[in-house]
Amino acid sequence: MTSAAKNRSSLLIKGGHLIDPAARIDAPMDVLLKDGRVAEVSAPNKIKGGSDEKFDARGFIVAPGFIDLHVHLREPGQSHKETIATGTAAAAAGGFTSVCTMPNTIPVVDSVEWVDWLRQPERGAVVNVFAIAAATRASKGATLTDFRALHAAGAIAVTDDGKPILDDSIMREALVLGGELNFPVVQHAEDTRMTEGCSMNAGARSFRLGLRGMTAAAEATIVERDVQLAMHIPNARLHVAHLSTADALKSVRRAKRAKARVTMEVTPHHFTLTDEDMRDYDSNYKMNPPLRSASDLEAILVALADGTVDAIATDHAPHASHEKDMEFERAAFGITGLETALALAITKLHREKHIPVSRIVELFTAGPARCFDLRGRGSLARGSVADVTVFDPKKKWTFDAAKSHSKSKNTPFDGWQLTGKVVATIVGGKIVYSS
Amino acid sequence: MNPARGSLLSIEHLEAAEILRLLKFARRMNPDKPRPLLKGKRVLLLFYEASTRTRSSFEIAAKSLGAYTVLIQAIGSSIEKGESLLDTGYTARAVGADIIVIRHPNAGAPYIMAQHIDVPVINAGDGLHEHPSQALLDAYTILRNKKTFKGLQVAIVGDIFHSRVVRSASHLLSKFGVKVILCGPPELVPDIATTLAPGVRVTRYVEDALRGTDVVMLLRMQKERLAGLKIDLPEYIARYQMTPARLKMAKKDAIVMHPGPIIRGLELTSEVADGAQARILEEVRNGVPMRMAILARAMGKMR
Repeated sequence: MTSAAKNRSSLLIKGGHLIDPAARIDAPMDVLLKDGRVAEVSAPNKIKGGSDEKFDARGFIVAPGFIDLHVHLREPGQSHKETIATGTAAAAAGGFTSVCTMPNTIPVVDSVEWVDWLRQPERGAVVNVFAIAAATRASKGATLTDFRALHAAGAIAVTDDGKPILDDSIMREALVLGGELNFPVVQHAEDTRMTEGCSMNAGARSFRLGLRGMTAAAEATIVERDVQLAMHIPNARLHVAHLSTADALKSVRRAKRAKARVTMEVTPHHFTLTDEDMRDYDSNYKMNPPLRSASDLEAILVALADGTVDAIATDHAPHASHEKDMEFERAAFGITGLETALALAITKLHREKHIPVSRIVELFTAGPARCFDLRGRGSLARGSVADVTVFDPKKKWTFDAAKSHSKSKNTPFDGWQLTGKVVATIVGGKIVYSS
Repeated sequence: MNPARGSLLSIEHLEAAEILRLLKFARRMNPDKPRPLLKGKRVLLLFYEASTRTRSSFEIAAKSLGAYTVLIQAIGSSIEKGESLLDTGYTARAVGADIIVIRHPNAGAPYIMAQHIDVPVINAGDGLHEHPSQALLDAYTILRNKKTFKGLQVAIVGDIFHSRVVRSASHLLSKFGVKVILCGPPELVPDIATTLAPGVRVTRYVEDALRGTDVVMLLRMQKERLAGLKIDLPEYIARYQMTPARLKMAKKDAIVMHPGPIIRGLELTSEVADGAQARILEEVRNGVPMRMAILARAMGKMR
């Protein structure tokens, strides 16, 4: 983990409404941050003694710092799309105090050296960056990386994101070794043998548009296999990345009922859009997994509400315009997401579907912290790391991609009117973003 | 940016009245009696994929209207050197193209072009998506033979999944209440095809497709697009090949159409291809006046 400079000062967040699901708090509270930790949480005006700085949070929600389990910061190797500096600036603007960066870089982050490199201060991170390392060497799916060394070096999980592990025995080995180390194995579930040449969801829309479609089965079969393996390997930890289909959800539900250590995330775009929403071959609607059917979206909404989903993760995937403004089938997969995640959750999940704000906060905080064991994060209990997100759940605003902090502007949400905006992002007791 | 006026990107989003206007105007077009409606205009033919009929037909149509044509093919141009679709489009605009006719292996490529370049773009076939000028010339051919769309039934047999002709034709015929029956094995004719347009039905049995049918449209097996799909050709021939005996199951005055290129001995026999009911070469002939109308419309000259 990289961190902003050590903070020796104190900051009192006054007058806000604290939602801390892990601590079961949903009430007006003041929060005192000191020396990079939470020093005190008390009813309004009860905190005695002075502080170097005060933050007026009246009318706002104060929450533990948001954690994004799935971002592509593109370094090393693809700094024309994003850098750790620009990506974490976008994260801060979106209320994220911690992001977990994917290893599908050039070269692949499959060694201790590259994990260390990501954490060097020269990278210019403004929020915490946790490294997810490759599960196999160069993510080729053949030979496992040195889990033990990567774990010891501070990587928080392993994955071959984007290049799923198809070989059953390699996946089994990864889950066995991960289980021994208490190391989550993250899988981008896609049977790529079934999706060659495909650029969107398989269905009426893809047939009409003449685009080859990825079937739900290509995701569901891998999730089912992984879940079966995880249920039969002691201590195995499986994390299903960006789950997008109702069928795959059934496997995860079964695993959870069986008390297997299986967790999952969904993205804002998968709970907001369907495959019917793309117009005129706009590649800002092209991502992997693709936008799915209306019934898949409904199933995801149910799972978000009933507690099956552990985390909302953005799969922030920046690309330069010359990699997107082209034939849909040839354009790169992926969209940016850090700056719109909270607002989409408030707008789509809370205002339209009446999911409580406290549940949304859980999906951005305690939920993701549990998935990857991020100790001292995801809660503002006394002694926790002083990472705080302050947001206004009622603020209406229009997202302007051109003003995004990310280096790339590939988003389908440009010009969207949204509700819910980040007011301040505090990392280690220091305000790194305020609107 | 919206597509320039006069663009023709799809049949799906073209109104029935506009289709009728095009069909009517095409009847007044005759390549043997050139009309200088597009005198001095430059028509750029941008072909990223092989084509015989469509290319030559657009070229003759353009010249019959007094326009210049410039052909750019992927092979032998900067496209081969890695130039992007949009950069090729900007170059075409800069060189002074008044109309861009584009054939491309990727669905939607003409849309990307039309959104960035303020020149009318005509889709001459994009991947598996649409082939609007083919659907229009087929409609023109059907009307010349059947006088009206009213009460017609059209059976389309063959590789539906990989066919942009079928997608365009289904949209067009559906807009005029024509019953469309798509026929072939599940690998080539997925059930989802019925969602294409109202009045589209799927059957696995060629007898079922032919009964009461006025127009039999046959399609080539698109080997270049099968992408690993395994099709048992002898089995396909046994079940779906159009033979004189099968053709008798259709209406007596049924016509046989095919967008070409035809593969004799596969989707149809030579007897059918050369038979009295075949309109395959008439389709090719009709392609020229139809494309004259499309080009005239692109320049606002369809009056």
